[in-house]
Amino acid sequence: MTNNAVKHSEPLLRVSKRAEVVWWKGWIIRGISIVLALIACAFIIVLLTGQNPIEVYGALIKGSFGSSRKVWIMLQNLAMLLCVSLAVTPAFKMRFWNIGAEGQVLMGCLATSVCMIYLGDKLPIGLLIPIMLIASVLAGVIWAVIPAIFNANWKTNETLFTLMMNYVATQLVAFCIVFWENPLGSNTVGVINSSTQGGWLPVIFGQKYLLNILVVAALTVGLYIYLKYSKQGYEISVVGESVNTAKYVGINVKKVIIRTMAISGAICGVAGLLLVSGTDHTISTTTVGGMGFTAIMVSWLAKFNPALMTLTSFLIVFLDRGASEIATAFRLNESVADILTGVILFFIIGSEFFVNYKLNLRKKHNQGNLSASAKEGK
Amino acid sequence: MTNTPAIELRNITKRFGNVCANNNISLSVQKGEILSLLGENGSGKTTLMNMISGIYFPDEGEIIIGGEEVVIRSPKDAFDYKIGMIHQHFKLVDVFTAAENIVLGLNGEGKFNINQVSRNVAEISSKYGFEIDPNKKIYEMSVSEKQTVEIIKVLYRGADILILDEPTAVLTPQETEKLFAVLRRMRDDGKAIIIITHKLHEVLAISDRVTVLRKGEYIDTVKTSETDEMALTEMMVGKKVSLNIDRSEPKNTEERLLVEHIDCLSREGVKLLDDVSFTARSGEILGIAGIAGSGQRELLEAIAGLQHLEEGRIIYIDPTTKQEEDLKDKTPLQIRNMGVRLSFVPEDRLGMGLVGNMDIVDNMMLRSYTKGNSAFLQRKEPKDLAERVIKQLGVVTPGASTPVRRLSGGNVQKVLVGREIASSPTVLMAAYPVRGLDINSSYMIYNLLNEQKEKGVAVIFVGEDLDVLLELSDRILVIGGGKVTGIVDARTTTKEEIGLLMTKAKGGEANDK
Amino acid sequence: MGILASIVFFIKQSIIQGIPLLYGSTGEIITEKSGNLNLGIPGIMYMGGISGVIGGYFYERSTDNPNAFLAIFITFMSAIVGSALLALIYSFLTITLHANQNVTGLTLTTFGVGIGNFFGGSLTKLFGEGGSISLMFTGNAFKATLPFASKLGLFGELFLSYGFLAYLAVIIAIISSIILTKTRVGLNLRAVGENPATADAAGINVTLYKYVATCIGGAIAGLGGLYFIMDYTGGSWTNGGFGDRGWLAIALVIFALWKPKHSIWGSFLFGGLYIVYLYIPGLGRSSQEIFKMLPYVVTLVVLVLTSMRKKREYQPPESLGTTYFREER
Repeated sequence: MTNNAVKHSEPLLRVSKRAEVVWWKGWIIRGISIVLALIACAFIIVLLTGQNPIEVYGALIKGSFGSSRKVWIMLQNLAMLLCVSLAVTPAFKMRFWNIGAEGQVLMGCLATSVCMIYLGDKLPIGLLIPIMLIASVLAGVIWAVIPAIFNANWKTNETLFTLMMNYVATQLVAFCIVFWENPLGSNTVGVINSSTQGGWLPVIFGQKYLLNILVVAALTVGLYIYLKYSKQGYEISVVGESVNTAKYVGINVKKVIIRTMAISGAICGVAGLLLVSGTDHTISTTTVGGMGFTAIMVSWLAKFNPALMTLTSFLIVFLDRGASEIATAFRLNESVADILTGVILFFIIGSEFFVNYKLNLRKKHNQGNLSASAKEGK
Repeated sequence: MTNTPAIELRNITKRFGNVCANNNISLSVQKGEILSLLGENGSGKTTLMNMISGIYFPDEGEIIIGGEEVVIRSPKDAFDYKIGMIHQHFKLVDVFTAAENIVLGLNGEGKFNINQVSRNVAEISSKYGFEIDPNKKIYEMSVSEKQTVEIIKVLYRGADILILDEPTAVLTPQETEKLFAVLRRMRDDGKAIIIITHKLHEVLAISDRVTVLRKGEYIDTVKTSETDEMALTEMMVGKKVSLNIDRSEPKNTEERLLVEHIDCLSREGVKLLDDVSFTARSGEILGIAGIAGSGQRELLEAIAGLQHLEEGRIIYIDPTTKQEEDLKDKTPLQIRNMGVRLSFVPEDRLGMGLVGNMDIVDNMMLRSYTKGNSAFLQRKEPKDLAERVIKQLGVVTPGASTPVRRLSGGNVQKVLVGREIASSPTVLMAAYPVRGLDINSSYMIYNLLNEQKEKGVAVIFVGEDLDVLLELSDRILVIGGGKVTGIVDARTTTKEEIGLLMTKAKGGEANDK
Repeated sequence: MGILASIVFFIKQSIIQGIPLLYGSTGEIITEKSGNLNLGIPGIMYMGGISGVIGGYFYERSTDNPNAFLAIFITFMSAIVGSALLALIYSFLTITLHANQNVTGLTLTTFGVGIGNFFGGSLTKLFGEGGSISLMFTGNAFKATLPFASKLGLFGELFLSYGFLAYLAVIIAIISSIILTKTRVGLNLRAVGENPATADAAGINVTLYKYVATCIGGAIAGLGGLYFIMDYTGGSWTNGGFGDRGWLAIALVIFALWKPKHSIWGSFLFGGLYIVYLYIPGLGRSSQEIFKMLPYVVTLVVLVLTSMRKKREYQPPESLGTTYFREER
């Protein structure tokens, strides 16, 4: 009766979900994936340059630890990336896919620049810094809360909304740059208040980046405590896990969504302040440089845990600095760093599968009449 | 030929993590035969059938079709063997029409012509007496229309082996009768049919043989003509059911909750609750009976502040001050802040009552975390409560910091009920609190509800097992199609009377006694 | 006449700007119909462009008498293969390895843009020549129009003055539209994107559909990159020259309500919005930047309005952005 049906054999590989994975096993799997990724990267570099892979790895490490200046740059980049990653985390924990951190930080940058340009030489630094902080935080909050309001009230897709907001922010900045152009016709702003240093964040202990790093360190601790020990952090977790449960216990879901996005936006605003006033002292449409997107990766890899995020952002910054160093050392185009980062991330993304799922190989049938009957069936 | 079963399962075993859903199960169905697969909720019936239809893959055992051992890796393979399953949760694409859903996945020959499909559908419909508009979108359909689409879908594919997973759970008695007529016609056509159910009278009405499962184990297969309800129940539950729930006489009853003429609409504007009125009294258990999906969930959610009411009001009478408070359109938080101690054990435990990925302590906090003025959480009290609940209700868990998702169904329910009782409520609502639980856990829940009643709590209990409703409740409210079809005294009424009230859903006059 | 001519010219420029967006959005619609939100499309479009450039570069280097058909064929196939390959990486990670779609897509964009700018910037150097890439011959082959087009006045200008890739974009969009709405394959694909569990139970090979849709979608999007490099810029690569057109293509998907037939006019509208600042007299450079915001703002408005109206047919595919695992309990 089933003559026309195809005779199938049991699949060779079957995938099933792991019941629970011991935490260290998970990290071993992730570690292996990074090692494999590095091998793949070396392979690519060797293919492009014909250099000895050992030298390639040497350059990779030199990128972050080659000199004390490089260490500081690495730490600065780490701090900034971590800052943006902290910003996206509360929203992600709530399963709100905010991929608009890029725009939210950029708005923070813009607000800071406005303060520096128009008030930089008029107000004492003690008054100016608080004003810049308020302005940048407010700008970030506004940019983050708009999509949140629509999502909370009409379930407007937040991924697409925040993505579009990035480009609106970019164009706003492009608009302002035309006004602030210096020198004229360059289409760049140049260093703001380069002579008076008005509105620049102070240098402490003679280290240009130290203040940024300390601010981000404080934010990390603060956010960790907020998410883990505060009532609002608890509400975020409940909403993220199950909106129905949240409603059942009387949590105002709309309020939590908007409030949490406001917090995300506020941290983005701080990141913008640190970028413009504490680091670059200028603004361009690429000031954020894709960190808003990389931060998603950092946060996701760390399972939205701020403490682990210091590690994952170190990993990414280390790889990025190393890849740039490789590019310089072997006279390759800068973009090779993007390619290598991409390859490494692909491996890490893929490794999550082996943490969460288990492969079952085809089992041989038991001997005896069962396998005999299977043969007869043919 | 007549002795070769259409389909045979031999020694099938399936595990999910540490849970063994099916252990070493064998059964067979002949052509032109209807087999009932009988078992309580959670006995592994659906899991077993999902392995025939290619949703799951067995860990061990063989499937033999027409005498040949086969491997079913996917639903596609199942279709190739002419197996069709009608799932309990319909597998339909909402934005498609009936016809589009019916041809989905088929590799027909020639040009694709949806009008031709519609004509074919109409043909099948008239042959078996279905009423269906092939061009209607699924999201505009009623539940029974959706089921019709599912059945036609399987027939359209020329299935010889049909599996129906609890097909009557959502149907009115008339619709059930129609369905059974169709099934008999298909049996006479020579099709092999497996019907999953836990309703005994249906087993006796429709099937030729019965296979009974209990907690994932195979119990026995018997001919329907040689068995009766008593014997089947014994096989299903393991021992003779003598419910013997201790029911005390209600003492010092006073009105606690007055539900007056409430109406409630679905998002599509369909009336889910239609002029519902009743009174819940302290020291009494009010049972709610009805066919699944008759408005029970909406009713409890309306009281808990989770449903918007179109009409009517819900009055809560405070036990000490005797003050009346209207709960209409208040949020759960507002209700709690008014000092109303309302506890609610919802049907969907892990999707609503608890957070699966959080540990027991954090779940204990769900109701009480806002207490105090501090911005930070106070975990000491919930931790003590968690340990108390674990000890008093005998929750089997490695510890209080285990995510509840990893507990078994019964233990999850104990955690939930434990938390809801801990706030010393004045009203306790429980929706299907023993669904999927073993007998011992079920009795523990019954006793807890009785305890609450004796403490003077107004208990509202939504159940599906009429025997339990009759022995546990003091009064029973019967709901059908969103309307109250009767409120009866549980001590004097009979199963038949309730059954009758349950089924007079549409058009019937509500006679509130 | 002067006004009419300039209107025709503006429409023509809008269409030229719209073509890459049309390719990108058609590709992304096909991808999203399978439930995959591929945010790697911008990277894939870069990849399509650079793959074509690499193919054309090798061909032009290999012969002294290049043949126009062969040049077109080789670059076309390189672009398709290159971009489909990136889509395949995305498919493997999100479908087979159940990885998060947002994270994978964004990484793919980094990777694809990196590859584009790397090879675009250093291809000639890798082969010891130096200088920037300019594939004049291949570019001209792509730009070729019907010989009599220029003789037909404004009509020819408006309808017949484009390279063949422009017409192909419209044809692909129309064919996609027909496949999605009128065929079994389209029905099955839409079912996969709406409700993969249902599609699976109906015997549709969900994995296969997702793979094929994502890879074909990627290949189509890659042609947008190819059009930009070969036709629009005439065969010369500038790093970052493609700009944010990839994201604009994703925006267009929302604007078109996941229907390729709407993408056709939508892309021309977006193309027009993208360059309208050039045609409005008296605009300063700063206001031009504000005008460049228009396509995104229009998309936001559409996104908000459709989410408010809640009409089922206007919503994104139900399972968009989620991975499917059959044994999930």
